[in-house]
Amino acid sequence: MCTYQTERISLRGSAKARQGWIKVTDATVYFDHPVHFPAGHALMIDVINPSMGPEARVALELDPASARALADAIILTLDQAPAALLAEFAAS
Amino acid sequence: MTHNLIANTISLSGHGGDEIEAYLAQPTDVGKVGSIVVIHHMPGYDEDTKEICRRFAAHGYNALMPNLYSREAPGASPDDAAAAVRAAGGVPDDRLVGDVDAAMQRLKSLPDSNGKVASLGHCSGGRQSFLAGCRLPLDAVIDCYGAFVTLDTPAELPFRFKAVVGEAPNLSAPLLGLFGADDQNPTTEQVADLDRALNEAGKEHEFHTYEGAGHAFFWVSRPSYRPETAKEAWAVIFDFLGRTIS
Repeated sequence: MCTYQTERISLRGSAKARQGWIKVTDATVYFDHPVHFPAGHALMIDVINPSMGPEARVALELDPASARALADAIILTLDQAPAALLAEFAAS
Repeated sequence: MTHNLIANTISLSGHGGDEIEAYLAQPTDVGKVGSIVVIHHMPGYDEDTKEICRRFAAHGYNALMPNLYSREAPGASPDDAAAAVRAAGGVPDDRLVGDVDAAMQRLKSLPDSNGKVASLGHCSGGRQSFLAGCRLPLDAVIDCYGAFVTLDTPAELPFRFKAVVGEAPNLSAPLLGLFGADDQNPTTEQVADLDRALNEAGKEHEFHTYEGAGHAFFWVSRPSYRPETAKEAWAVIFDFLGRTIS
């Protein structure tokens, strides 16, 4: 179904899109019809920079288990990162 | 029989006078023909939906699909455009109706038009086709598993689409509804609610709910495709169009 479900966040970072490395400012996360992944629905992630136009986008289409594993890996990696290395972001 | 056809990208003056892209498919070996406004699904103005336009032309109808994402993402690939519009909050209902109206008027102005126009949409487009039928003077309306016709979108979602079933008394034309029994959006209960509302409003409608099919059973490139159901439902569509806009 077209779920209309969309989580949108602001973020800071860079991503490699079709035009090369770009600054990214936002991400949307939703569970809906994938374009390429062969399933009826998928966990979709678009990391975007709307100010650069629709093609400034890195897209992921994941099965639910893969998406959870990815989310867990991100959290685990951040939890295990030395506090000193995270310090530069403390004030940002 | 199938007809020869041509298909082109054209420019259309849409809602608010905005120039938007549209895809027009026309049979070339027939006389006066009926027309269909094809409303693309949420994944966008894509190859599969253009193929639906060509299918209508091959069966002797003019078909015009406005690119509902033209404003936010002119020239972008359909998936990038869909992502951009999703991030921006979706297509407003009033704008959708304006774009369908513009497409309807363009179809009526074509030299080979018989003056009759239907609307058709799948998924989000099914809801939008119903909405267009309630606000525009169409001759036939086709809703293929449109979600959120009888329910508002949940409050926690960034999209704020209201149920449109309350507009049923204004439905301007016979409605054909095609649904999958295994669909969760709309569920068979929601389809029954729409059926009841149309009965109460005294509106002509014809619903088909197919066993063994879920959402998007027409979508040929997805695992949800159900070939036998889609073939049967296409025959229902052409029979309906034959009775309403031919």
